[in-house]
Amino acid sequence: MESKSSTTGNRDNPNRNLHGSKTMMASHFLRALFRIQQTSTSSSSAGRSRRIRRAAYASMAYSAGTRRAWSRALLRKLRSRARLRFPRRLSRAATPQRRDMDQAQVLRKLVPGGPSMDDCKLLEETADYIRFLTTQVRLMQTVMDSISS
Amino acid sequence: MSSRRSRLRQSGSTRITDEQINELISKLQSVLPEARRGGNDRVSAAKVLQETCSHIRRLHREVDDLSERLSELLDSADLNSAQAAFIRSLLM
Repeated sequence: MESKSSTTGNRDNPNRNLHGSKTMMASHFLRALFRIQQTSTSSSSAGRSRRIRRAAYASMAYSAGTRRAWSRALLRKLRSRARLRFPRRLSRAATPQRRDMDQAQVLRKLVPGGPSMDDCKLLEETADYIRFLTTQVRLMQTVMDSISS
Repeated sequence: MSSRRSRLRQSGSTRITDEQINELISKLQSVLPEARRGGNDRVSAAKVLQETCSHIRRLHREVDDLSERLSELLDSADLNSAQAAFIRSLLM
């Protein structure tokens, strides 16, 4: 996992917070995996992938903390034990010639906390959410690689 | 073209300028995989949003997929060495 460092200093570097967050993300996720490994039996294997998935979103949200609307929304959902669901199907707005408005609405459903964001905030939050999601996916791939070799 | 972009909803009394939207759109573009499309700065906002939605869906699916695969391997997994590998990567 690379951590980009800016030659112009850290202030405007969007990845500034990501390196420390990566560490938090990894330690949180690995601890959760340990716990899941120890507390799951062969009869609960169906729920195990759900628990792992939940742990993935939890470690993303905890490492981003409360400074982002998307992470606050995720933390709220996790704490209320609500089901973590994101729309899967391609919306009908996937056809061309659709206006920006529809795509922004589609995006709102994909980013946690989206519905209460105005468009400016939505775009900022989305970029941050994608960064953290990508990092989490890479982390999971790294763990996969190291336990399957 | 600018009128199409200004159909993005404006919040309350704060007028969101096309310029602000452009900046945010390009910031968004920089986290999308096909960001470095040489010289093509005129990708429409709609296209970027569409690609963004596809990209996020793809990432969500990867989390689901990796969760299942990790679940299958977890029983026999040596997490201590995974943790050690990760710590080593931090020190490099």
